[in-house]
Amino acid sequence: MTSGLDTATEPSGPVVDGETSKRRGWGWLLLVPGMLWLAVFFLFPTVQLFFTSLYDPSGSYEQGYTMTWHFANYVDAVRDTWDLFARSFVYAGIATAVCLALGYPLAYAIAFKAGRWKHFMLVLVIAPFFTSFLLRTLSWRTILADQGPVVDFLQTILILPEDGRLLATPVAVIAGLVYNFMPFMTLPIYASLDKVDHRLIEAAGDLYASPFTGFRKVTLPLSMPGVVSGTLLTFIPASGDYINAELLGTPNQYMIGNRIQSAFLTEHNYPLAASLSLILMAIVVVMVVFYVRRTGTEDLL
Amino acid sequence: MTATVPRDQETRERPATSPQAPRRSAVRWLADHIVLIIGILVLIYTFVPIAYIFALSFNQPSARSATAQFEGFTLNNWTSICEPEGLCESLQLSVLVSIVATILATVLGTLMAFALVRHSFRGRSTSNLVIFLPMATPEVVMGSSLLAMFVSVGVDGLLGFATLVIAHTLFCLSFVVVTVKARLAGMDTRLEQAAMDLYANEWQTFRLITLPLAMPGIVAAAMLAFSLSFDDFIVSNFTAGQSVTFPLYVYGSKLKEFPPQLFVVGTIMFLVSFLFVIAGEIWRRRRAAALR
Repeated sequence: MTSGLDTATEPSGPVVDGETSKRRGWGWLLLVPGMLWLAVFFLFPTVQLFFTSLYDPSGSYEQGYTMTWHFANYVDAVRDTWDLFARSFVYAGIATAVCLALGYPLAYAIAFKAGRWKHFMLVLVIAPFFTSFLLRTLSWRTILADQGPVVDFLQTILILPEDGRLLATPVAVIAGLVYNFMPFMTLPIYASLDKVDHRLIEAAGDLYASPFTGFRKVTLPLSMPGVVSGTLLTFIPASGDYINAELLGTPNQYMIGNRIQSAFLTEHNYPLAASLSLILMAIVVVMVVFYVRRTGTEDLL
Repeated sequence: MTATVPRDQETRERPATSPQAPRRSAVRWLADHIVLIIGILVLIYTFVPIAYIFALSFNQPSARSATAQFEGFTLNNWTSICEPEGLCESLQLSVLVSIVATILATVLGTLMAFALVRHSFRGRSTSNLVIFLPMATPEVVMGSSLLAMFVSVGVDGLLGFATLVIAHTLFCLSFVVVTVKARLAGMDTRLEQAAMDLYANEWQTFRLITLPLAMPGIVAAAMLAFSLSFDDFIVSNFTAGQSVTFPLYVYGSKLKEFPPQLFVVGTIMFLVSFLFVIAGEIWRRRRAAALR
């Protein structure tokens, strides 16, 4: 988990005797079993999902569907659910920003300030997340409940009005997303910060950079790969999540994941569910590619 | 380093002559430690639900549902973990699925990581993209596409252990590949060259040098895979059929009565993983000391 997407495609080992450390030959065969798994259980179902999305929507689960290349399914899907898509990406975006605001200082503290407590703090970051996330989310539901301690406290210090509530509001859903995806932000950033050569930061200080300038010009750019991996690993699952919206929100806070889930499992409306899934996947992939290009970290892919 | 020394002395002398010395040093201390303080506060925040789960595992609920208030202390929940119907069966299934999926994903993923880092061949960047795609796919999409495939192939009557293992291996695989790849990419290949120079054959070099060096990455990847698999709800919800894994059991309980034993299981999960990580840390320190 410490690495996240933070990978270098080239081995950093030096070249000895002018000979590359990479071997040609039959090494690619090692790739075959895993690739077969991905092809059969990921690529094939995705292609099939595409065909499902073009079935005649007037069919039903019991009678079966006929393939009519019904591209209008996509138009219908977007028309009916664009607000859910918008809400999903807004919630996921805010949650990612908050995760970054909380996770970066934590990662920084572990990498630079924790001293000999470094590994212990790292353990503490991971440990809560081994307990079932459903149990933790259900706990938040009670903690944030109307009679719960948090609401009481916020009402006492008048941040929240007397009849104000947290549960069943967007705040609770976003807080749940933040909580559940936090380690996906913290750990890649930590991995990047941990690799930063302290001498570079000292050099900045020697050249009369204030600590803040030193951070902005040296530490932050060097930690960018971790920030990019962290934001992706947070944003992607958060945008498709439906558990937080279901447990901490109401149907007014439902995200696109809730709709896909119910279309598939309750309504058995496979064409609709398939087109929604593919739209979600396409938007996420486009956003990821654009974001990675913008931040100049193509190596991550 | 040398240039910072005079500045340090300067700031250290100044408070001594200043009348506001205590306040200044307090501000300075705060400025030095603010990041650490924020970090610790964030950590405390992540432990809030854990403390809640731990406390409620000792709760004696008066009503049948146990999510509400702390009503009385009891150890009964700890001695009757298996009492709620289906709870231990769901744990058993979850452990089994996670172990099989972890082994499959770790083996397949490690082989892929070796191929990608150590060998050059055409289509490497395409392979990287195919490995990245499952990570960029929201879980709800992955689960639904797998279910659609299982239904159309006509195995929807057989949904259960096998389809869970297939699905869990799939979403763990990419995470294993990137974790092991990161470890391999940072390894010094000169050590292997040295072994070869000393007349070790390829197999000996792999067994005695490469594998031990790659091991921390492989172990980390396996632990990650296990925790992802054990805690998975969304993909399992689509692919489990009639079987019930632990997360599915918790989800089902939310709709009916909520047995307090679930909090016991949550606490045990936390303690076991905590001990595991601590043990791993001790092992790592011993190893580091032995190598020194």
